[in-house]
This record gives sequence, C-alpha cells and structure tokens, in this order.
Amino acid sequence: MKQGSTKWIALVFALCAVMTLGACKKKVAPPPPPAPPPAAAPTASLTANPNSVEKGQPTTLTWETTNATDVSIEGIGVVKPSGSQQVTPAESTTYKLTAKGAGGSQEATARVTVNEAPAPPSTSSATEEELFAQNVKDIYFDYDSYAVRGDQQSVVQSDAQFLSQHPNVRFTLEGHCDERGSTEYNLALGDNRSNAVRTALLQAGVSADRIKTISYGKEKPFCTASNEQCWQQNRRGHFVYQK
Amino acid sequence: MDTPGSRFAILSFAVFALLLQCAVPLRAQDWIRTGTGLGVEKVRLAVPDFKVANPDPKNGDLLRTFNDTLWNDLNNAGIFDLVSKSFNPLQVPGQPSEVKFEAWSAPPPSASMLAFGNLGVTGASVMVQGWLYDVKNTSSPQVLGKQYQDASTPEKTRMIAHKFADEIIFRLGGGIQGIAETQIYYVSARSGHKEIWAMDYDGANQHQVTHLGGISLSPRVSPDGSRIAFSSLTKNGWDILMYSLDLNRTVSFPHFGGTNISPTWAPDGMRLSFSSSRTGDPEIYVVDASGGNLKRLTSTKGPDVSPVFNHKTGAQIAFVGNRTGLPQIYTMEADGTNVQRMTDQGYAVSPAWSPNGQFLAFAWIRSYGPGQPGASDIYLMDIASKQWVQLTHDGGRNDFPSWSPDGRHIVFQSSRAGGEQIWTMLADGTKQTQLTTTGNNTQPNWSWK
Repeated sequence: MKQGSTKWIALVFALCAVMTLGACKKKVAPPPPPAPPPAAAPTASLTANPNSVEKGQPTTLTWETTNATDVSIEGIGVVKPSGSQQVTPAESTTYKLTAKGAGGSQEATARVTVNEAPAPPSTSSATEEELFAQNVKDIYFDYDSYAVRGDQQSVVQSDAQFLSQHPNVRFTLEGHCDERGSTEYNLALGDNRSNAVRTALLQAGVSADRIKTISYGKEKPFCTASNEQCWQQNRRGHFVYQK
Repeated sequence: MDTPGSRFAILSFAVFALLLQCAVPLRAQDWIRTGTGLGVEKVRLAVPDFKVANPDPKNGDLLRTFNDTLWNDLNNAGIFDLVSKSFNPLQVPGQPSEVKFEAWSAPPPSASMLAFGNLGVTGASVMVQGWLYDVKNTSSPQVLGKQYQDASTPEKTRMIAHKFADEIIFRLGGGIQGIAETQIYYVSARSGHKEIWAMDYDGANQHQVTHLGGISLSPRVSPDGSRIAFSSLTKNGWDILMYSLDLNRTVSFPHFGGTNISPTWAPDGMRLSFSSSRTGDPEIYVVDASGGNLKRLTSTKGPDVSPVFNHKTGAQIAFVGNRTGLPQIYTMEADGTNVQRMTDQGYAVSPAWSPNGQFLAFAWIRSYGPGQPGASDIYLMDIASKQWVQLTHDGGRNDFPSWSPDGRHIVFQSSRAGGEQIWTMLADGTKQTQLTTTGNNTQPNWSWK
C-alpha cells in the first residue's frame, strides 16, 4: 500500500514536470518566420486537467497545434487542430496527439492518473512520516550553549509551520552534545537544548502534548571525528517522528 | 643546529618557566596538608616475601599471589618507604625466632619496621601467619601478630593479604583504616552496553554488576555498601535506579519525570541528591533514600548537575552550575542557601568532596574555548582558602575523581593511554597507576569503607 502510493506520487510529479517543461518550451518558441520558403514544422501541445482523477471521474484534454493539417489523438480519433474534450479513462492512460502537416509531424502526450480508491488512513500517516523527514530540520547549537541562535530561528519557524499544518504528527526532540566536556554535564546541557527547541515550538503555536523531550548528552553522537565540523553535527536538537 | 630560532625558543622557554614560578608560587608540597599522613616522613618498612610453611604443591602460586598483593597494598598506601627487596639480607624470617634484628635495622635495609610471615596450604584451606616487628625495639619488638585461615583459592588468598596490609596501615598510619578491602564501582562498555561494574581497589576481580542492556551511568555506592544508585536510560527517559548488592537486582525507586541523572549519597545514607529536569530545567534536588520527600534546592536557568555532599558533615553540597556561560563548581548549604562559586574560570566539572571535609577534587579545563586546546586535568582545592593545586599533568582527558575512604587516594578516569580507562593516584598526584585496560571504563566511584 505504502509503496504503491509512493509510486503514484512520483508519477504525478514526473507528469507535472514534463508538462511544465512543455509549456515553457511553447511559450518561448519564436514566432514562425515570415518567409514562406519551405513549409513550417507543425507544433503541438496536449494537457489533461486534472491530470489525476478518482476512478469513474472525468478529466478534460486540451490541445493546440499549428501548421498541422491532420491532427489525431490515439484512442479518440481525428480531432480539430485546437480544441478540448472530456474523457473518462478506466485506468491510468497516456494520451498521445499526433499533428501532421506539410513541414512534418509532431507528437504531444498527456498522462492521466486514475486512482483506484481513496487512500486508507495508514497510507496518509506513512506519507506524513516521509514529509516529516523531508521538511522538519534539526536545530544546531553553539559550543556549550542551549540558546537557539539567530541563524536557526528561521528553521524553527519553518519546522513549526510544517508541524502546524500536520497537527496529528507527534515527535521526540533529542538533545545532543559534542564529545568535549563531561558526561553528566552534557546530559544536563542536552536536556536544556531539547527544552529550548520545545519552548520555541510552543511559542510558535505547536501544542505541548505532541512533544516528548530526551537528552542523549554525548551518548549517541551522529559522527565521531574530533573536529569542529563533526562537533557541530553533534550539537543539535534532533527531531524524531513518533509512530 | 644552534639556529637563532632554536636559541629564541630556548630563551623564551626559560623566561616562561621563570614567569610560571613567579605566577604560581604555591606548589602542592608548600601548602597542601591532607591530614592523612601524606607528605610527612614515611615509615621505612621492609616486607620480605613470606615463606612456605609446608611442602604442599599449591603453595607456589598462592604464595606468589599473597606476596604480590601484600607488597602492592603497602606500596600503594602512600605512607611507607618500602625497602627494595634487593637490599634484604639473604636469610629472611618466616617465624619470629628467625628474625635477626641487626641485619634489618643496619644499612643497607635501614628498616624501622619489618613485616614477615609464612603461608601454608593444607587440603582445601590456606593458613597465613603474619607479624609486624619494630626492629629497633629489640626488647619488645612485636607490633602485630595475626593468623588467617580461609579456602585455598587465589581470591581468598588475596583477601588475606588485603586484611593483613590494612592491619599494618592502621597501626602505622595514624589509626586511619586502610583501603585494601574497598571496592571501586564504575561504568564499563566492554559487554557492548554501558553497564555498572565493580572491582577491588587495586583493579583485581573486575566483574559486571548490572545487565540492563541500555545505557547506565554514574554509579554511586551507598555509605553502608549495600546499594548502588545510578542513572539509566529507561523507556521513560533518564531515571535514577537503585541496585541492591544484597539482592543482586534493581529495587524500586520513583520515576520523577524529566532527565534524572548524577545521584549522590549523604554520608548518613538517609538522603540522596541528584539533578532532575522535571520542571523543564536541570536543577539539584534532595530526596530520602526511600524515594520520598523530594525537595528542590536550586532554581537557576541552565544546567545544575553532579551534586556531592560534604563527605564528613553532610551539611553542604558541591555541584556544577552554569550561571556564567561555562560550567563552574559551586557550594551551598544542604538546604540550598548560601550558594558560593568556587572556581574562577574555564570549564570545571565533577566535584568530589574529600572524606575529611576539607577539599574538593574536580576536573578542570582552565583555559577553555575555541582555539584554546586546554587539557582536562584533576585539581584539588582547599575549600576554606579556595587555593588549588593541579594533580594530573600527563595529557588526555582526566575526569570524575573519587576519593578513597582514607582520603589518601583518588581514583579517576583518563584517556591518556588511549580509550577511557580508570587510574588511581595518591592525593598529592604521585603514583599514578592504571587499573583497567579492557574496553572503555569511566566514572569510577570509591566505596565508603
């Protein structure tokens, strides 16, 4: 289930990308040259709106061509040079338009995705976990400090925004420290760090009952090299999605 | 060879050394008086190998174990000038009748005291007879005469040597009990998890105590030696756990919420202090040993951690606080009043209060900060005057000092030999000795007796 929905999303994204690129190309295409010498090559575009439907729902295909005399869409037949038509595909379909003219032929395609059934709730939470991983960024701290520093404020704000948009997400804030300094003191410092991020999120409107905090001090480092780059990696408030 | 650069280096080093002498006129020997016989004239003691009492074949190994353990205990005690065995007369005594006083009191041994005796295995038991003689008092030389009998195992033989050593130390060391029978509790990761371990004070008999499989830290044994309080990562977060050494299992102790770490015992064994972030900020608390009657002592934002009671009176607590941006050592009354800052700079953690109540040992990075690769070393501070002396100078990170009950020794962790290992030293910084070598071993805690 989870994998299937991932595939759908990937397909939809790919389609959007293809169409966006196609649209751009068309816009920037230069006007046909004024001189008649050889016949101009035909152009063609085809879009589906919406490009993703529930099974049994219609979608509208819209196409435009130029310099074409013979225009057809696979599965529909011969059509006007420009126009639109409603279709209700039974399954996900790639519509292919072929425009032929004196200057050659041109093809354009549009993919319509047909969703089998509404996604069950478990799928949506798996998606949330992935979105959480993609969108929620860790907060980094200065040396021996638990103050959320200036360059991390915007990260806190964008984290808080995501968390406000996904009110069902629960998570743990882990406080981590670099290897320098003492075990016990670092556990206390890590506790202050996780609570500093928690406080910032509370101020940004995230409710307290969604947040657990824990300090790992220097017990579970992200990296183990003894240099500033690694130490910075280990001085952080780390977000962990709670299943 | 003798370039201007190297000449400059030598010159600047000389100037630096001179400045250092002016700037730090206080050396350990100048003012540190631990009141435990360290630094005073040491008793010159001869300890020839004990002799076999009978021809049993098991004698050899046990005798070697006994002799090594006894020598090591007396050598570690810090109050003896042991006569090198190569100075001993050819004929060593195994019985009082064999003692030739003149041979021991004259050079080269020039001993004042002589410990000698014999060991014999009979069946499954071992018998040891030991004496301590004042060789300059020929009319009434015996200070001590002891006989021990136990199972003929290396462990029991070691214990007999410890007991005899403690008797000698007690008689010749100003009536302070020896430490040869004490234990050191510590954290070891050698099983793959950080668990609580224990060993004899000299590093022998290392064994695992807890088997929790997670992360356990900061073991602190109760004054009566029956329980270990420690912090452990449970499903609730960091909790104070209590392990009974009588029952060999954890016994119940409350879950307080937040991060609960660094427990410590009051010397009467009735109260504990620890750090808890149950209110959202790490603060120092005290609680009855039963887990009831929780009281908060501090209320300053930022880490407050690693409390330790005045080992003698129980009336004050030293702890680590961050009120100035870097951790410093503070003291306060046991009710939270009269907070005093003890350290003036750097990064100071892990205070340990001396048994006589006079000193704090702690870990200090005096020059701490970006671009200042200061070392973490063990320091000793006289609480009344706030004068301090540095005890470790040998590199690595040195942390978590803990005092032996006689106040003559400090156990600590050091990374100087690669990996974190446990070391001991005398409280004046001499005789630094590595106790552990397997895996990473940290946070030693010396038993109270």
